[in-house]
Amino acid sequence: MNTLIELEKKINSELTTKIDKSKITHNQLYLDIDKEDLLDVTLFLKTNKDTKFRQLIDITAVDYPEEPQRFKIVYLLLSHEFNQRLILRYRINENEVINSLTSIFPSANWMEREVFDMYGINFKDHPDLRRILTDYGFEGHPLRKDFPLTGHTEVRYSEEQKKVLIEPVKLEQNYRNFDYESPWEGTKYIKDQTNNDKKN
Amino acid sequence: MTKKIKNLNLNFGPQHPAAHGVLRLILELDGEVVEKADPHIGLLHRGTEKLIENKTYMQAVPYFDRLDYVAPMNQEHAFALAIEKILKIDVPIRAQFIRVIFCEIGRILSHILNVTTQALDVGALTPSLWGFEERETLMTFYERASGSRLHANYFRAGGVHQDLPAGLEEDILRFCESFPNIINDLENLLTDNRIFKQRNVDIGIVTKQDALDYSFSGVMIRGSGVPWDLRKSQPYDCYEQLEFKIPVGKNGDCYDRYLCRIEEMKESISIIKQCLSKIEKGPIKSQDGKITPPPKKELKQSMEALIHHFKLFTEGYRVPKDEIYTAVEAPKGEFGVYLISDGTSKPYKCKIRAPGFSHLQSMDYLIRGHMLADVPAVLGSLDIVFGEVDR
Repeated sequence: MNTLIELEKKINSELTTKIDKSKITHNQLYLDIDKEDLLDVTLFLKTNKDTKFRQLIDITAVDYPEEPQRFKIVYLLLSHEFNQRLILRYRINENEVINSLTSIFPSANWMEREVFDMYGINFKDHPDLRRILTDYGFEGHPLRKDFPLTGHTEVRYSEEQKKVLIEPVKLEQNYRNFDYESPWEGTKYIKDQTNNDKKN
Repeated sequence: MTKKIKNLNLNFGPQHPAAHGVLRLILELDGEVVEKADPHIGLLHRGTEKLIENKTYMQAVPYFDRLDYVAPMNQEHAFALAIEKILKIDVPIRAQFIRVIFCEIGRILSHILNVTTQALDVGALTPSLWGFEERETLMTFYERASGSRLHANYFRAGGVHQDLPAGLEEDILRFCESFPNIINDLENLLTDNRIFKQRNVDIGIVTKQDALDYSFSGVMIRGSGVPWDLRKSQPYDCYEQLEFKIPVGKNGDCYDRYLCRIEEMKESISIIKQCLSKIEKGPIKSQDGKITPPPKKELKQSMEALIHHFKLFTEGYRVPKDEIYTAVEAPKGEFGVYLISDGTSKPYKCKIRAPGFSHLQSMDYLIRGHMLADVPAVLGSLDIVFGEVDR
């Protein structure tokens, strides 16, 4: 497809009910889908001759602890032929298991392992779901918003016991997170004035 | 009498000079043939993405230097572009040229390191000694512009931190005149070298289809004959105004990728020269006081400048609620930042897409059936830097 608008129309007409919402911003197409339709939608996007999103760029998740559906899963796709980028998104609850993309894109393997490691999201039919970035025997999922920045444990080598010890974090001073956010935005008339200056 | 033969499990790394950092590879060997490779990564994991969520946008920039630490500014570029697109601010043309010059310097830095250490891995010592001398010169350029040889922290949303010091442009131009000779010297040592070819030709072949399936980018996909370069296909900053070619390989083996890197260095030199001839005096960052800090001298006289300065270095600038993926062509491939802002002065989420991560993932597929001695050759041509793989 030549333009993103045509692409959006095409996808909406072919996949109709599977697409919940679509929008174009920043020269990228964002598609919101349902969890169950993931494999169908990606397979269509990869194989259809008018879309050809044949490369999976990345998979990631976003944590929204306050919202009813806690995680948002994001897939970034790229089409070399049409030089377009597409972003697939859907929401899941905390303990839901989602489908693995490894059967369609072999590169999804490590990306899903990373999501599992960082967010604790489980993938169905994944060939080798192990932790990837964190240490052997690590507990917790660091990129969740309720995981503290300083972590829970620290590691040191003990000269007396001749082995590596894992202990709870002891800090001389707690991590300080100053709240600099102020409601101050500048008065409206100054903003209007600067906008006018820019125009002139 | 029959004897049962068991495969040997070999632990390669994490402290091994040919592992290019802290890679631990569990190899399953049948004699000298590799049956399976299982890379264990994460030994350099520093939680960059988590840290960025807790810092303002300006404080987050130095973390990007520490990803691919052989070409720091290319990473900063992706982050700066992401913020600029959300904030919809324009970058002055001089700043765009400065950024492109330093990105190309970063590309040369990275390619020199990769080409020469790949040669080192297969047994040639001299190229690395010659190449590192040039890297040192390039890093002095980094130092003169940003104050630091490696961790530059130079690019800002809206431009760069400060203008180039007097004389730097001339010195970079002088380097561009002399550097092609060094590339020739390296090529004399390697390109037709019998041993180097024996170790690299037809090793680690990647087909076009596999390059797509395994999410390859950069030299890894161009080496297999796909002319895909984000600088051409999705130009950012002033790349549209510049003329350069995209070298592609034919066989997709380690040797072709080496040739691509050599050619890319030559193209980078030509890009830098074009930039230096087009660059003019002018502002080096956006003039919007809400985004970029005012000049130091104004702080003594202007109340507004003082307020801006204070607000920028305590609260930082706010970025409206949005979601964006921005990618640049880093030396190693497509480096992307998936940024989610929530209207405050800190990113809500910043996912870093590192090219090395997907490249290393294919290690098992690339090395299967090769000899043990080919492991360092393939690893070298993947161009892995652990700062970005582990993040």
